Amino acid sequence: MPSPLTILIAEDNAADRLLLSTIVSRQGHRALTAANGLEAVSLFQQEQPQLVLMDALMPVMDGFEAARRIKQLAGEALVPIIFLTSLTENEALVRCLEAGGDDFLAKPYNRVILEAKIKALDRLRRLQDTVLQQRDLIARHNEHLVTEQRVAKAVFDKVAHSGCLSAPNIRYLQSPYALFNGDLLLAAYKPSGGMHVLLGDFTGHGLPAAIGAMPLAEVFYGMTAKGYAMADILREMNAKLKRILPVGVFCCATFLNLSFQRRMVEVWNGGLPDGYLRRAGSGERVPLVSRHLPLGVLEQSAFNAHFEAYPIETDDRIFLVSDGVLETRNDNDEVFGDQRLREVFDANGDGNRLFDEIQLALSAFRGHAQDDVSMIEVRMLDEVTERAKLAFTDSGHSSPLDWSASFEFRAQTLKRFNPLPFLLQLLLEVQGLRDQGGALYTVLAELYSNALEHGVLGLDSSLKRNAEGFARYYRERSERLAALEAGYVRFNLQLLPEGRGGRLIVKVQDSGKGFDLAGVLAGPTSMDSLCGRGLTLVSKLAAHCEPGEGGQGIHVEFRWPAQA
Amino acid sequence: MAITSMPSDDGQELTITIQGRFDFGAHQEFRDAYERVNTTPKRYVVDLKGTTYLDSSALGMLLLLRDHAGGERAQIRLANCNPDVRKILAISNFEQLFQIA
Repeated sequence: MPSPLTILIAEDNAADRLLLSTIVSRQGHRALTAANGLEAVSLFQQEQPQLVLMDALMPVMDGFEAARRIKQLAGEALVPIIFLTSLTENEALVRCLEAGGDDFLAKPYNRVILEAKIKALDRLRRLQDTVLQQRDLIARHNEHLVTEQRVAKAVFDKVAHSGCLSAPNIRYLQSPYALFNGDLLLAAYKPSGGMHVLLGDFTGHGLPAAIGAMPLAEVFYGMTAKGYAMADILREMNAKLKRILPVGVFCCATFLNLSFQRRMVEVWNGGLPDGYLRRAGSGERVPLVSRHLPLGVLEQSAFNAHFEAYPIETDDRIFLVSDGVLETRNDNDEVFGDQRLREVFDANGDGNRLFDEIQLALSAFRGHAQDDVSMIEVRMLDEVTERAKLAFTDSGHSSPLDWSASFEFRAQTLKRFNPLPFLLQLLLEVQGLRDQGGALYTVLAELYSNALEHGVLGLDSSLKRNAEGFARYYRERSERLAALEAGYVRFNLQLLPEGRGGRLIVKVQDSGKGFDLAGVLAGPTSMDSLCGRGLTLVSKLAAHCEPGEGGQGIHVEFRWPAQA
Repeated sequence: MAITSMPSDDGQELTITIQGRFDFGAHQEFRDAYERVNTTPKRYVVDLKGTTYLDSSALGMLLLLRDHAGGERAQIRLANCNPDVRKILAISNFEQLFQIA
C-alpha cells in the first residue's frame, strides 16, 4: 500500500470542494483546499502537496494559469495535476493538458474513476521520483570517479611522461580521447647517448589500460637508465605484464633502440601495425613488421626478444602508429587503412613535412579533429645534443678508491646476460667517475660488443658495408650467439688513486683471435661507412686507448681530477 | 552479432560460430558459448566465416578461451578467416598460439 499523499483541491464551488475532499480523505490522503487559483499556488508553496485536483474555471486566477505556475514551482519533480472540468469541447480539454495538466476528470465526479486516476498518477509520480534519485546518484558517483581519475592521471602522467618525448628529434601525437588512453608513448635517453622509444597499445581503454601502463613505464625508464639492453627490458616488461594482467589483456608494442654513434636502430614489434623507416637520401621505405605476440601474452620461457637491426643515417626517420590511426573512420564508415597511409608516404617529397602530411590526411579523411590515435616520428641525429644524467643515490664520500677486480663472462652467460649494467653500477660507486658516467658506459658498451661480436663470435664487420650486409650481420650475430658453446670476455678493472684524483684502467680481452687496433684507429673512417666507428669513438671518449699485451685486447684509461 | 556453439557427435570437439562483429560487445556471449556446455571437449574450433570484424578485445577473448581450454595444451583452430581477420591475427602473431585456417 503506497503511503498517503497530501492532495491540493482547487475548486471555487464549496459543495464540490467538500465532496472532493471527502473522497480523497476516505482514500486515506490528506486534503488541502483552495477556492481559486491564487490561493492554490500559495498553498502549494506552503505545503508542497504531491498531487493537485484543479478546477479549470475559477475566479481571481483560473486553473490554467495556476497549473502553469505550480508546474514551474515543482521543477523537475512530477506533481500530477488532474483538471476538473465541466468543459467538454475538445479544444478546452487540450488547453488543460497544454497548461501542464496530466489528466482530467469530467463533472459530475465519479468517485471510482477519481480514485483510480489518483492511484495511476501517484505511480507515475513515484517513478519520476525514483528516476531523479537515481540520476543524482549516478551523477554523484560519476563526479567522484572523474575526480579520482584526475588524481590518478596526474600520477600516471608523471610516471609515463617523465622521459624525453620533448627531445628535438621526436614528434608525436596522442589523443586526448579519454582521460586515460590505452596508448602509451615512452622515450628515454640511454646512458650511452642513444635512445629507447616505445609505442604501446593496451587492449581496452581507460583505467584498466593505464594500470598496466604504469609498471611498463617504470621498467622502461628504470632499466634504460641503468644501461640494460632492449632485449632485457622487453623480457622484463613481458614477464611483469604476464604476471599482473588478467588473461586476455595485453599490450601491443613496438620498441626502438636507437644508437646515434653506431648509426643503427634495433626494432622489436609485437602486435602493432607496420612502422616505417624512411631513408632521408632515397626516400626508400622499410616496413617495420610485427614478428611477435604482444607483451604480456607468453610465459617467460616462450618469450622471444629477437629484434631486427637496420643501419640509419642522419635524418632517416622512423614512424610508428597505433592501430587507432589505421582504424580512423570517415562519415561513410570506411577505415583509413594502411593503403592510404602508404599513399601519403609515396606522395611525400620533403621528409620534414611527412608528419604534418599524415596528420592532414587523417583529418581530411575524418572531417574533424582525430581523437583516438597515437603516432610518433623519431629522427636520426648526427650528434646527441643532450645526454642523460645518470641517477645517483648516495653522497659518495666513502667511495673506495684503490681496488681492482676481474670478471670473466663465459659462453652460457654471454648468451643471455648483459654485463654492462652490472659493471657500470660498480664503477659509479666511484664518485670521481660519475661525471663521466655516460662516456664510461659508451666506452664499455663499445668494447664489450667489439669483444663479443668480433672476438668471441668471429663476425667480420666489413659485412656491414651496405644495408643488406648489415641485416645479415645482425642475423648471424644472433644465430652464432644462440649456438655459442665456448668463449669468454674478460674485464679487468683497476682503480688507482692519483694525488687527490684517480685513474681507472679497463682491460678487455676475449677468446677471439685478436685484431689490429692500431690499424683500425689509423685507417680512414668515413661517416658513411656502417662499421669501424665504435673504436674511433672509444679513443675519443677515453683519456687513453691502446692495444693490450701482444696485440690481445684493449686497454683504456679514464682520469679524474681531485674533487673541489 | 550472434554466437552459437555446437559440440561434435562424439563430444570431442566444440565449434563456436561467430556471426557479425567480434568485439567487446560479444564478451559475455562468447564466454557462455564455451562455459555453458555440458561436454568437456578436447578440441575447439572457432568458426569465423560470418565474422565481419575482429578487434583487439576479441583477441583477448580468444586468449581467455585458450586459457579455459588448457593454456599451453589447448587445441584451438580458428577456421574460415577472411583476409581482414587473417591480417589482424597475423599482426598479432596469433598463429603462434592458435591453428589458423
